[in-house]
Amino acid sequence: MSEHIVIIGAGQAGAQAVQSLRAEGFDGPITMVGDEAYPPYQRPPLSKAYLLGAFERPRLFLKADSYYAEAGCDLILNTNAKAIHRAERHVELHDGRKLAYDKLLLTTGARVRKLKCPGADLPGVHYLKTIADVDALQADFTAGKRIAIVGGGYIGLEVAAVAAKRGLAVTVFEAMDRLMARAVSPQLSAFYALEHEKAGVTLKLRTGVEAFEGDGKVERIVAGGQAYPCDLVLVGIGVTPCDELAVQAGLASEDGIVVDQNARTGDPYIWSAGDCTRHVGREGHSIRLECVQNAIDQAKHAALAMMGRPRTYAEVPWFWSDQYDLKLQIAGLARPTDTLVQRGDPAARKFAVFHLRDGAVAAVEAVNAAPEYMIGKKLVAEGKQVDAAKLADLSIAMKTLA
Amino acid sequence: MAAKHKVTYIEDDGTAHTVEVAEGWSLMEGAVKHLVPGIDADCGGACACATCQVYVAPEWQAKLPRMNDMEETMLDFAPERRPDSRLSCQLRMTAALDGIVLRLPKSQH
Repeated sequence: MSEHIVIIGAGQAGAQAVQSLRAEGFDGPITMVGDEAYPPYQRPPLSKAYLLGAFERPRLFLKADSYYAEAGCDLILNTNAKAIHRAERHVELHDGRKLAYDKLLLTTGARVRKLKCPGADLPGVHYLKTIADVDALQADFTAGKRIAIVGGGYIGLEVAAVAAKRGLAVTVFEAMDRLMARAVSPQLSAFYALEHEKAGVTLKLRTGVEAFEGDGKVERIVAGGQAYPCDLVLVGIGVTPCDELAVQAGLASEDGIVVDQNARTGDPYIWSAGDCTRHVGREGHSIRLECVQNAIDQAKHAALAMMGRPRTYAEVPWFWSDQYDLKLQIAGLARPTDTLVQRGDPAARKFAVFHLRDGAVAAVEAVNAAPEYMIGKKLVAEGKQVDAAKLADLSIAMKTLA
Repeated sequence: MAAKHKVTYIEDDGTAHTVEVAEGWSLMEGAVKHLVPGIDADCGGACACATCQVYVAPEWQAKLPRMNDMEETMLDFAPERRPDSRLSCQLRMTAALDGIVLRLPKSQH
């Protein structure tokens, strides 16, 4: 008798797992449970082309509507899992259903971190994670409105770029002293600050938010001791892993469901993949990755492992961000102690920053610079020694450095 | 509802898939949504991963938009790059492309 695989969480990782299980020849029944109203969709466009209105909703979905039925995957939407009963090997859903499993995959993702300051619950204070979030934001997202963006990270800045393009008056409040401080080098932060200012965005760095005020609706944001009038607010201050189902079932979580290099949890019948997990990365450190790459690659590994063909997950993480006409592509994980080598001039709006560690490229950040990104990613994967002077020399083609 | 036109994707082993793709959608989306194997499109069409490479027959090449720098350079580093390679995420469906035939590389990684 073939095994029943249950997948909790219908996002990018869940969809990838279904696809990989079928591609690798798993022929048993699959059930996937999602708490949103929609089948798995791409989240990256939500803060970019979808918000801009340049990408219609049907295009967000990862598969055709008919896919799940054709793939023999029972898709249960609008429903959350309530508990995992590990001894009996079944999952209890909020609607009372019980799903017996032979193998279980948790792809529960992450949820937005919420502000807890006074006024944070006022209407007009938005977050961005789901289609429903963007739809709610759209109502007020019109030319002439004043939007206050809390958090100068990827989400905040992508929304800032779209808002500026749509003719809103944009102010970004960031508690740290530079933009995307957790994600990119100071060179990139400075470059993006300039670009946003050129587009008319006001940046308030080192400015933590203290409160929101308004009569029945947000009308002011109080930050750094000062009140700023606004019509709407978008908060983008990071996410936290959805690990409570795992934790309640007694599985280890350390700010992320702990999995091994085959995406397996401490339970021999339970795997986990994507934003909700923490694993030991290719550099030997425990990491939690929030990105499409990890959702896809870890789900592929989980699928193989569930089929008894585990392979070590050691892919190089990669990320991208679209702001204005700038494509930022990053591969590898930087550390503050890395030596930075810049290639190209930011003024040309086409350059890269390489992060060197022990003489090898540990990470690359490329702005409108595909060769630097593609070769840089290869260098990160191979870990071979590089000549910093050559990396910085634009007259030497990237290809010759591979 | 946008008009739809036919696209045929041919896998490396010769298996052909003919599907209908709506005008305005990319030829990558046409493949992915219809489960044509051989196009990974990990980034979902952001021209960030070079895993949606296709080979376009000469008679169709002229009907396609020119490559921009980003596509050109991303393709440079894709495996099995050929002179007739394109990234299918950068190709939008139009009436002029009705019936286009795209061949897929053996692997996108």
